[in-house]
Amino acid sequence: MRTTRLSDRAFALAALLLAGVVLFVTAAILLGIVDGSQPTIGSFGFAFITGQNWDPVQEEYGALPFIYGTLVTSFSALLMAGLAGVGAAIFLAEIAPGKVRTPLSFMVELLAGIPSIVYGIWGLFVLAPLLREDVVPFLKGTLGWTGLFQGPFYGPSVLTASVVLALMVLPIVTAVSRDVLLAVPANQREAMLGLGATRWEVIRSAVLPYARSGILGALILGLGRAVGETMAVTMVIGNRSEITASLLKPGNTMASVIANEFAEATTPFHQSALIEVGLLLFVITLITNMIARALVWRAGRGLETAGRA
Amino acid sequence: MSGLMQADAPPGTWQMSARRLRSRRVTDRLMRGLIWLSIMLAVVPLLFILGWIALKGAGAINLDLFTQLPGPPDDPHTGFANGIVGTLILVGIASVISVPVGIGAGIYLSEFGGSKTNIAIRFATDVLVGVPSITIGVFVYTLMVRPMGSFSAIAGGVALSLVMIPLIVRSTEEMLKLVPQAIREAALALGAPVWRTVLRYALPMALPGVITGILLAMARAAGETAPLLFTALGNNQWSAGLDQPVAALTLQVYFGAQSAYEVQKQQAWAGALVLVALVFITSVLARLAVRRAHARTR
Amino acid sequence: MQERGERVIDLKPEQLKRDNGVQPGYELPPQREVAKAPGANGAHGLRVSNLNAWFGNFQAIRDVSVQMKPGAITALIGPSGSGKSTFLRCLNRMHEAVPGARAAGEVVLDGENILGSRVDPVLVRRRIGMVFQRPNPFPTKSIFENVAAGLRIQGAPRSVVAERVERSLRQTALWDEVKDKLNAGGTDLSGGQQQRLCIARALAIEPEIILMDEPASALDPIATLKIEDLMVKLRERYTLVIVTHNMQQAARVSDYTGVFMTSINAAGTDRTGELVEFGETRQIFTNPVDPRTEAYITGRIG
Repeated sequence: MRTTRLSDRAFALAALLLAGVVLFVTAAILLGIVDGSQPTIGSFGFAFITGQNWDPVQEEYGALPFIYGTLVTSFSALLMAGLAGVGAAIFLAEIAPGKVRTPLSFMVELLAGIPSIVYGIWGLFVLAPLLREDVVPFLKGTLGWTGLFQGPFYGPSVLTASVVLALMVLPIVTAVSRDVLLAVPANQREAMLGLGATRWEVIRSAVLPYARSGILGALILGLGRAVGETMAVTMVIGNRSEITASLLKPGNTMASVIANEFAEATTPFHQSALIEVGLLLFVITLITNMIARALVWRAGRGLETAGRA
Repeated sequence: MSGLMQADAPPGTWQMSARRLRSRRVTDRLMRGLIWLSIMLAVVPLLFILGWIALKGAGAINLDLFTQLPGPPDDPHTGFANGIVGTLILVGIASVISVPVGIGAGIYLSEFGGSKTNIAIRFATDVLVGVPSITIGVFVYTLMVRPMGSFSAIAGGVALSLVMIPLIVRSTEEMLKLVPQAIREAALALGAPVWRTVLRYALPMALPGVITGILLAMARAAGETAPLLFTALGNNQWSAGLDQPVAALTLQVYFGAQSAYEVQKQQAWAGALVLVALVFITSVLARLAVRRAHARTR
Repeated sequence: MQERGERVIDLKPEQLKRDNGVQPGYELPPQREVAKAPGANGAHGLRVSNLNAWFGNFQAIRDVSVQMKPGAITALIGPSGSGKSTFLRCLNRMHEAVPGARAAGEVVLDGENILGSRVDPVLVRRRIGMVFQRPNPFPTKSIFENVAAGLRIQGAPRSVVAERVERSLRQTALWDEVKDKLNAGGTDLSGGQQQRLCIARALAIEPEIILMDEPASALDPIATLKIEDLMVKLRERYTLVIVTHNMQQAARVSDYTGVFMTSINAAGTDRTGELVEFGETRQIFTNPVDPRTEAYITGRIG
């Protein structure tokens, strides 16, 4: 029942205007940073992405080291956190006894909400020394031959940033995957159970295949979060603009270079370069988030013909 | 019928072997063990972090922190009182902007749904939620700080409002959708106009959930650092006006953590504990409120 | 669901008893020979004694004792909430898959109480298959792999899988319909075909007993008839227990019928399902002993 009363039309219009603000603001952010990075887009073009040299003194800007740093830290984080996150989600959705399920789920949600600065301070003062004293000597001994763990290790490094990111991504992957798993209709589990499957066989052959795209979405969502993460990474990555294979060396990510240099960027060109890094970051997270959302959303809706629980 | 019942087909002779059964049982145990291990891997390090923060923070907390300004870096009788006030100012400004926008957009999405604008707005909300907070900082810098020629509390507040808006839109929409359609129909059938139906009946029913959503968004904003770096900037004094740089608790934790002085590092730990406590309290409140909202609307 | 149960109390046995004999007008099954000895045609029966089942503190069924004859179709009928589905799910220990659910009593298959604490439910379910109310094929698996699912987890060799999948699909009269698209998705089929696929999936692991929980309730009349046809054919090799809401169906296909009712204690505080009558289908539908059965089959309850 829709009336055409004037007051109602005014109300709908007011709500639409406020909703329009959301649309407007989102467009403004994109346009604003595109506009802000015009100087470097104009003079460097595509070389901005492929260039390896970032030198504010010579006014030469190539963002590749940061893109590389972002990708390395994010994927390493996902590598470390992905399996455990999905495993933890399986625990919460499939095998947790009723008594621990609720408190653990709450804890995971809580941890997903802890400010990144808190992870940063912990990474700086606790994790970095821990890695330096115990973990890195071990890694050098066992995996030194891979070339990933070469050179001296002082604490702040790509490795430290990756571990902190892994810890930050873990609760997100867990929480989203758990929701995806809970959306799997109970009749899928029953079908497998009724065939004489063990609990694990139910999970492997019925639940996980059904939920696979949603879980992929959860992992990509975690990746998106890691890519955009700023403070914790900035505090522990060491901030040096260099592409190196060794995870023990300091590095930089797109987010951390902005956080570190923007306040001190005095020339318009330097500012523009940093804004353009922000634009790249925006585009990358936008793409990952869209893919992830599409996957998770599809999982939440369920495969239509599969019937309901 | 074309498909025949093959009653005369030879009965299957293959049987699952006892060994296969044993190996299935072992695999089941093993995988369950790994799943238990996963939850441990997920929860234990994070508990370790929280425990560490609690320990270090509790050891560093004292009354001065909440009443004194920052001072000489080695003076233990200093604090981050201005940061707490600054965070309140920033979140206050952000709320003034984001609450009306968020609730309005949430009402629009849940009550006037179905159109193309709806899809566009929901898409924009999703995009906004995913914008890295550092990018928001950069954007607000170009939008406000550069033209105004100064870092300011206003700019910081605007930056935080961009963090809060999509969160409030989503939670408001979700909570309004929990209100049974029958409530709206009943009010409309009695001749109430749509605006009255929504504002007098639907919104009040959803209110605990909506307020919870706002609280969560505020807590999230209070924990943000990156959007404030080049907007609010930070300040060692009390706020001198909304058009001037202002301190924030998160910024003080950030700067304190990088300080060479033990006193400031300690203060950073204490600040981190305050932030964690803030998140913890709002999460618990939110959980209670949402549970009540669900119970009420079912 | 609850309303139906409540109506049970209002009806006193005296009121239910009709003077004239029952003339239900149900189409009754032809007199069939029912195998008398266990395992006469490869099938086992089930003996249930004093079965009780709970969801948390709520007792869903109380003290059910009954014998399912081997090589026969036993139908379980009764109003919603009378515990017939719960009873069925106890028979292959699916009941306990629900958090907080438990069962006590005896369900004896081949001389062994399958509810025993040392019995592996996985093995029970391998021997006692189940078909559910809504077709639930695996949407990510092909038609072939849907049927093969149970064999895959048992690690059957490829030749055995191929042979059994084909045989199961033939048994369910699906083979001719799907043989050219075995790699199509399991959910690409129509609802009735999906349910027959689920039956084929249950048959492929060669169970001795098949439990069906309202297998045709989500299907249209033609698909329902095909399922009923299938049940009668399966009777030649398996022991079947079916739960159904459809009394015509019970009358048409089953050899024995059990009637479940919700019973409520005097204080009205406690409701639970009970088996009020069990007997040959012909007798249940023409000459029920319990007045509640009569009321139910004549449409006065449920």
